[in-house]
Amino acid sequence: MRIKVWGCRGSLATPGPGTLRYGGNTSCLEVRLSNGTVLILDAGTGIRSLGVELVPERSRPIHLLLTHLHFDHLEGLGFFAPLWTADTHIHIWGPPSPVRSLKERIARYMSPPLFPVQLSDVPAQVTFHDVPDEEWEIDGARLLAQPVSHPGPTVGYRVSEGDRSVAYIPDHEPAFVADLFTVPPEWLSGYDLADGVDVLLHDSQYEVDEYPARLGWGHSSVEQAVAFARISGVRQLVMFHHDPNHDDERLEILRNQARELWGENGEPPLLAHEGMVLEVP
Amino acid sequence: MDGKRQKDLILILARELASKLATAMFIADAEGGLVFYNEPAEEILGRTFAEAGEMSAESWTSLFDPETLDGRPMALGELPPGIALLERRSAHDVYRITCLDKRRRVVSVTAVPLYAQGDRFVGMFALFWEQPETREP
Repeated sequence: MRIKVWGCRGSLATPGPGTLRYGGNTSCLEVRLSNGTVLILDAGTGIRSLGVELVPERSRPIHLLLTHLHFDHLEGLGFFAPLWTADTHIHIWGPPSPVRSLKERIARYMSPPLFPVQLSDVPAQVTFHDVPDEEWEIDGARLLAQPVSHPGPTVGYRVSEGDRSVAYIPDHEPAFVADLFTVPPEWLSGYDLADGVDVLLHDSQYEVDEYPARLGWGHSSVEQAVAFARISGVRQLVMFHHDPNHDDERLEILRNQARELWGENGEPPLLAHEGMVLEVP
Repeated sequence: MDGKRQKDLILILARELASKLATAMFIADAEGGLVFYNEPAEEILGRTFAEAGEMSAESWTSLFDPETLDGRPMALGELPPGIALLERRSAHDVYRITCLDKRRRVVSVTAVPLYAQGDRFVGMFALFWEQPETREP
């Protein structure tokens, strides 16, 4: 598997001179399987550039897996070039809702007055799927989606190919619903997704002293992200969903905090940046 | 994780709620297994959850030996938690149980089924109170 980060900013796209190193595009991750199939995780603004690259591959179905429909994970969809390309088949997966279908919920954004074109008018063939409760397969990869602690219907994803696995939980506050340091792992939101994965891309939005004023907002501090990754036996933690108020210098302070918390054993945490490529051999 | 699957997020949220409540509360999963009860519940049941641990529906039903106020034994399907689990509807009743400290107590119990994502049944929670005026030695 090959992972590429096309956007790792949380909450709001943050272009500007202060975010050149780590990027200002909101969440979008490409997972390319060994057979060339592309899975896209989230449709933040980062998906625009990915879409340009994918247009020549129009013969392949595209699978877009949404963790949730907060705008920073969806707002790039209207500018995803394959959506505007005929003969392209896009499967959009997302968390179910007891009230409206996934298509209806996405159409609330892709319709006037919020968007000039109706979702039903796009040239591509689009199929909507509620994520299953149990593991399922896409082109030889095994996928698992499970609800995680974050406001509204929200899932995280685990993608496995062979004996390699990646977990993507960009918006997650496991500490809000359990004491990370005392409850058994089976009582931790997101544990099944992250258990023993090779790479975990996880919400690491806040510095430790920022978190108390943001309790319940659905995001983690650096300390919580490290603790969660350690408890889950993750090999490589990638810090994700950077706060829009954190410029490059401040992000590097968070990374250093994370590395200090992680200690000497294993791979030190990485700070996600746009263009980052990780091979999961 | 020693073979234990992660609990459903709804149960995780329910446990956190229970841990903050002053009202006794216990939680069962979709199979009816008792998976948690809080400190106020420990006071009534006579043993901490850490000591008692999780238990199957058959175990906690027989352990608590529930009976009507006139002494008739009650099956799981007659109890509010059992109704919530088996009939997937809310229920309330007052009955007598043998607590884990061997004391018999009358409890008032309200049980509610828990659903996630519209139609996925994940378990139930029950709030309960001791009826102090009928407390027995």
